[in-house]
Parts: sequence; C-alpha cells; structure tokens
Amino acid sequence: MSAPRVVRVASGQGFWGDWLEAPRRQVTGGPVDYLMLDYLAEVTMSILQKQKERDPSLGYARDFLGAVESVLPAVTGRGVRVVANAGGVNPQACAAAVRALPGGRDAGAKLRIGVVLGDDLLPRLDALIAAGHPLANMETGAPLSTVRDRVLSANAYLGSGPIVEALAGGANIVITGRSTDTALTMAPLRHEFGWAADDYNRLAAGIVAGHIIECGAQCSGGNCLYDWREIPDLGEVGYPIIEASADGTFVVTKHPGTGGRVSTQSVAEQLVYEMGDPHAYITPDVIADFTTIRLAAEGTDRVRVYGIEGRPATPSLKVSVAYRAGFKAVGTLVYAWPDAFDKAQLADRVLRERLDHLGLRFDRILTEFVGAGATHGALAGPPSEDLPEVQLRVGVRGSNRGDIERFTREIAPLVLNGPPSVTGFAGGRPKVEEVVAYWPALIDKRVVQPSVTFQ
Amino acid sequence: MRVRLLDIAHARSGDKGDTANVGVLALRPEWYQVLDTYVTRDRVADHFSGLISGDVVRFELPNLGALNFLLHGALDGGGTLSLKTDAQGKVVSTALLRMVIDVPDDLANRLKLPPAPGPRAPVAR
Repeated sequence: MSAPRVVRVASGQGFWGDWLEAPRRQVTGGPVDYLMLDYLAEVTMSILQKQKERDPSLGYARDFLGAVESVLPAVTGRGVRVVANAGGVNPQACAAAVRALPGGRDAGAKLRIGVVLGDDLLPRLDALIAAGHPLANMETGAPLSTVRDRVLSANAYLGSGPIVEALAGGANIVITGRSTDTALTMAPLRHEFGWAADDYNRLAAGIVAGHIIECGAQCSGGNCLYDWREIPDLGEVGYPIIEASADGTFVVTKHPGTGGRVSTQSVAEQLVYEMGDPHAYITPDVIADFTTIRLAAEGTDRVRVYGIEGRPATPSLKVSVAYRAGFKAVGTLVYAWPDAFDKAQLADRVLRERLDHLGLRFDRILTEFVGAGATHGALAGPPSEDLPEVQLRVGVRGSNRGDIERFTREIAPLVLNGPPSVTGFAGGRPKVEEVVAYWPALIDKRVVQPSVTFQ
Repeated sequence: MRVRLLDIAHARSGDKGDTANVGVLALRPEWYQVLDTYVTRDRVADHFSGLISGDVVRFELPNLGALNFLLHGALDGGGTLSLKTDAQGKVVSTALLRMVIDVPDDLANRLKLPPAPGPRAPVAR
C-alpha cells in the first residue's frame, strides 16, 4: 500500500514587497509541487495602472521576474509549478517579460506560461454601467457614475476556474491579474484532486488553506504575538507550506531547518487576520465557514487542519475599482528631551497657526505624536514626563494639489523658527502623493468571462 | 479579580476599508469562556469610545477559542485616504489587549487566571 497522495503548495510571497529570498528558499529547502506567489493588495492595481499608462509594456509586479529567475531551475528541471497574480493590469506583458528573461529564452518548450485574462473591466466600464450594472460602492451604496471620470482601474476578482484550466492545459507558470489570493492555493489542489465545482466542503478547505498561507510567513512565526520572544531564528524564517490530501484535510508546515514556528497559535492568528463574518468567507468559488475549522498540533512545526465546511457561492463577483481622490502629504520632526512632548505640541500649534494664516484648505488634517500615544490614543494613558524623544507627525489631505504642496514647505522652517531641541528632518520636504482610493463593488458573475491563453 | 486581556489572550488585527478587525484568541482553551462572557460587544465599544466613529460587531469562533470584532470607522477613512500611522489597523489588536475585565474570584481562581498587574495597569472605564 502506498501512502495517501499529498500535494505540497508553498507560499513564496505574501505581498508585493515581501522577502526576495523566499521563493528560492521554498523550492530548494525541501519537496514542493507548487509555488504560490501573491503580489496584489487592494491598491496595487491602481499603481500598476499608472505604470501601464506611462509605458504600455508595464503594469505588472516586476519583482516577479526576479522570483522566476531564482526558481526557474526547479520549474524546468523538477516540475515545480508556479501560480502567481503578478500579472496586475497587464498579465500578457508579464508573460512576455518572463519569456524574455535569459532563463526564459533558454527554457524554450520546457516553459509553458498560462495567462488568465478577463478580470480587467476598465475597457468595458461605460458599457457595463449603460447596461444597468451600477457597480455601487459596497460601503456607501453610491453608484460608480459619481466618480466615473476619476476611475483608474476596475478589476473583477476571479476564482479558481481559469487557473485550473491553465494547469490542465499544461502550464508550469500561471500568471493572473486580479484573482483572489486564496484561489492561487485552491486551484492547484482542485486541479490535482479533481474536486468538482459543487464539492463545497473540499473547495472551502482549499480556500482556508489559501487564507492561511496567502500572507507568507505571517502564519509561520512572522508578526506572531503569541510567545513572540521564543520564536526561533526569524532571520532564517521558513515560509509556509500546505500538505494537502484529496479529502480536503491538510497540514500547515515549513521546511526543516528553517526559522520561525508553525503552531496552532500562529495559524489561528493568521486565520482571524482581515476576517469579517467568520460564518461567511465569500469567494467566487464557495462560501467557507471559518467556525468549522479545526486545528490540531501534529509534531514540531506541523498543524493539521480539518473539519471545514462550505456552501454554494453567491451569483456575484467582487470588483475592485481604484479612483483618484485628491492629494496628501505627511511631515515629521523629532523633538528631544527635556519636555519632548511639550515641544512637539507647541510646534503643532505653531504650524497650524501658520497654515490658517495662509488660508490653505484641507479635507483633513491629522496630528500624531509618535512615542506619546500615536497608535493607541487615550488607551495608552498620559505619556511619561521623561520621554527621550517624540516624533511630531502631521498629515494633510485635500483636493487642491497646490495647498498640499504649500503645506510641505511649512515643516522645515520650524527647525529654526519653532520650539527647540528638534532634529530628524534630513529627508527634506515631505512628498506630495496622489491619493488613489478604493471602491469595492459587486457585479453579476455572468457578465465576466475569464479566458486562458498560453505563451 | 481584575484581569488584563494581554495576560489571557493574544490577538491579530487587520483592515477592510475604514473597518478594523481584531481577532482575540484565548491563550489557553479553558480561558475562552472568560473572553466569551466578559469581552462583550458593549464592553469593547466602551473601550474604544472616542477612538472609533462607527459601530462594533462581535462574532464568536469557539472552534479557535477566539472572538472577532469589527470596529467600524476606526481608520480615519481607511486604505490610502487615512492619514494615521496605523492606517491599516495593524496594532489595534494590542490596543484591545489593554482592556481590564472583572471576573468573579471563584471563577478566576478555578481557571488560574493571572491577576492584572499593580495599580499602574490601565483601568477600563
């Protein structure tokens, strides 16, 4: 009797900006079948859209090229398959860039890149609105038409279907645009085990597996509050790996000899991360019930996950729209002992008086005193009278770029014409940033048709 | 007995728009009942009063020994609009763990709950 078959999905990136070493360490540290790389946060698509506007060959997560280079020998030599939402708003250009890598050219037919398309609704936006899809904001109920002229990007969150299709078509690298983070893990399991589209419990298990590893090391000891002093060797932290079985149960683990820790506590902390209603974790494929998840320690750095139940998905897909929403800037200065907090407070009053005299108009101005209660507010109680330093941090936001620009020039003068014992201004004037805001909406699934091409 | 959440629970928080979520997890399975009974929706709303502009919603996950709280209007608009240092609510988790609850002595003793540290511990209203 052979042992029940296990499929290993390794997480190599939890967001765009994550550890560049992780993908290579995941494919060289022990056996894995799939490498999942998650690059897209809510606002990432709009950043990529701006890049694509400047250069039509861009608009994808460029870190992905380095990741592919670092794992290519495992892909072409050992059959490890990569699934990534690195395509952003230009998955085909991303695939072309992979193909153009030195290793990509050499790989020739050994490299088959599947590209998932169909999530990009920007070219269809006016037609969709005209056809009666209001794309109303899920939080405010306002129709998208109210900000239509400021929209930068609009993408539907796709589920596992097109990724499964790409894998079935022989792709060893699958590049998507806006797929759900969890689909990147669930799709390989569905492909390997042949789970049907109405096998809700197993699909839900795949989604939970995806949720656990989609933030990289955040389930294997990174950012873990439980017992944090005792978590070993974060310098060599091991990123998580799912060892899944056909019945939908799985083990969360990491490669032997790596740092960090996989425990029921580290996994549970990740399970509640960004959670809404735990009874209804809604995805395009299935609704997972997080109150059915069971965790059991199974030896060192191994947690078994089982019992997961799911039910049919909704008829809608979530759409993420990004739109221009004015400008902002944040200025900081550091005030030192003695009386650091008092000096920082005086500097804030002086600054605000000057902003008033200039007649600048902001939608929002916010002052924080970092080191004296910026993150916990009044819950932290009154700050110590002996603080070694306090950072004054003032942010402004508004629709008039000129007013925000003028604000950035009022910070540095305080160094010579405000309260004493001030430092920490070496970075120069604060930078004015365009605010790109997020507009969550729903759309009828039937009007979004994903497709797969191969390069 | 006065008990500080930091001594009986761990937590992680995140964001969804202008809403912060805080998952609070019992450090020992038998301590979940204390969270369930004493860390009520109203108690958490009171703890964060003045710091958030919207409602508090509570969900229970007894399977994980955890409660999940949604704090609406916690992030100064949230996402890219927010001017806060903690625009994504990453450390709202430990702000909740500052809470001190009153647990009947017999229950606290039976469950071996650690008492809140001395008079300088933050006192909940």
